[in-house]
Amino acid sequence: MKLNELLEEYEELSDWGEQCDFLIDLGRDLPPLPEEDHTDCNIVHGCQSRVWLTTELDAAMDPPTVKIQADSDALIVKGLIAVLLAAYAEKTPVDILETDITGLFERMGLHRQLSSSRRNGLYGMVERIRSFAARSLSASVRTVP
Amino acid sequence: MSEVRAQDQAAYDAHAVRAEFPVLMQSLEKGLRPVYLDSGASAQKPRAVIAKEREVEEQYFANAYRGRYSFGARIDDELEGARTKIAEFLNAASSSQIVFTPGATAGLNMVAFGWGRRFVQAGDEILTTLMEHHANLVPWQQLARERQAILRFIPLTSDGRLDSERLGEVLNERTKIVAVCGMSNVLGTVNPIAELVRRAHQFGACVVVDGAQSVPHLTTDVQQTPMDFLCFSGHKLYGPTGVGVIYGRSERLEEMDPILFGGHMIERVWPDHSTWAAPPARFEAGTLPIVQAIALGAAIDWIRQHGLDRIHRHEQSLLRDLTTRMQSLPGMTIYGPDTPHKGAIVSFRIAGLHPEDLAAMLDRRAVFTRHGHHCTMPLHDLLGVSATTRVSLGAYNTTEDLDALLEAVQFAFQKLRPTQRA
Ligand SMILES: Cc1ncc(COP(=O)(O)O)c(C=O)c1O
Repeated sequence: MKLNELLEEYEELSDWGEQCDFLIDLGRDLPPLPEEDHTDCNIVHGCQSRVWLTTELDAAMDPPTVKIQADSDALIVKGLIAVLLAAYAEKTPVDILETDITGLFERMGLHRQLSSSRRNGLYGMVERIRSFAARSLSASVRTVP
Repeated sequence: MSEVRAQDQAAYDAHAVRAEFPVLMQSLEKGLRPVYLDSGASAQKPRAVIAKEREVEEQYFANAYRGRYSFGARIDDELEGARTKIAEFLNAASSSQIVFTPGATAGLNMVAFGWGRRFVQAGDEILTTLMEHHANLVPWQQLARERQAILRFIPLTSDGRLDSERLGEVLNERTKIVAVCGMSNVLGTVNPIAELVRRAHQFGACVVVDGAQSVPHLTTDVQQTPMDFLCFSGHKLYGPTGVGVIYGRSERLEEMDPILFGGHMIERVWPDHSTWAAPPARFEAGTLPIVQAIALGAAIDWIRQHGLDRIHRHEQSLLRDLTTRMQSLPGMTIYGPDTPHKGAIVSFRIAGLHPEDLAAMLDRRAVFTRHGHHCTMPLHDLLGVSATTRVSLGAYNTTEDLDALLEAVQFAFQKLRPTQRA
């Protein structure tokens, strides 16, 4: 789902119960992460639930975008991952670094609904994506002749 | 006396007890009433405790042990009164064996680094268990590293009890400290402290009991079971946060070093050195959490008024009921021993439901449980799971609370089961 569609639907919902159900549905629809990517080194720390995350630069695109895949063992966390992935979909490293994820989650009221440790997990995931973006940026700067 | 007998005969009225807790009598969104099942983390406070805190703040607050004016004198009396109540509650011989601390964690660290650092030598052994809360494990790890001592673990049975038969494998003349919880905060296991004390003392080891979970649920008698140190927190005992207790055998407190230095803990200060006051003052440097300590005294009064034995029986009967009802749920695994060997805690997993999702669903029904590793990572590694859901009971829980929990679990099944596409 595209971020604007997602937000449109989300903002129709009247309370946390409905929002929570919606996140669970998003979680169920999250594209699966390949089994071989469920490795320890892809685990994001700081989560009570486990989150696996892979990032790669999609060089087929011009300019190259960041391809992100993720999974969790908890459905609600998978739903939150779906929101995150929608916000970062088809973005270049520069765009990723400019995306205001905190603002988005505040707008969705999710900063409050999440326990602090879960939030850390999610923000841990954001940190990883951002540092990947920053690294690919400096790498591409270096390869420019 | 007659009051106690009358109290024993009267049936325990959990609804009346619950009505003493303002926080539980609220009506939440959608008319839900809070179903509080996280007393193992922190218990709620009865009106009497809240009223005591208010009384102190509004009527005679002053710093302790300093002012000669009337407020100061009243504060001192109240504070020492609370100390005496705690001593009586534990059946300690003297209130000078009761040290106020910021909590169980602080107390355990003070014992590890005040007593342990002084007496543990290279090659000595510290015996503990894999069911300990990090508060009763990490300080001993640190001490062992610092002193080049060896940390050993009492083997557990497959149902999460200490294996007394194998205690001989790990307890010997090199054992300097045995640090064990009175009751596990995850498995609920009630440990055989009397037996541990008896056997540890045969080797001259010092027994440190983490009573954070046991003191609120089980009668503790430090003379009948002569443990060397006992640490616990006020906030799990229907009292305030920020205050806890070390009980110590007098000779152990005498030989323990302070780890915090400053006002009140000294006898005489010269420019280049000082001498220490006698315990408990020696271990109470600086301003105490005065209001909280006094209110902890009120919490003890409250518990004694209802009778810890009666509260215990009530909790155990809820626990048996809950265990039976939970065991009939599909995919249910309850961790820990059967009810006769445990206190009012049920940690579990339901196949196919992640604890985090479950906790969110229960929260939507105003059923407050805890999920995660509960500060016991090594225990969860042993159980082979990263997280569990924990229900912990207190004096105010009722059968209706259990009904609400079971109903909320059904709700979670509906919402989260893979076949049930919304
Ligand atoms: C068994 C046990 N020990 C120690 C502690 C630490 O208590 P506090 O955080 O009050 O210092 C806890 C609290 O969760 C506990 O359950």
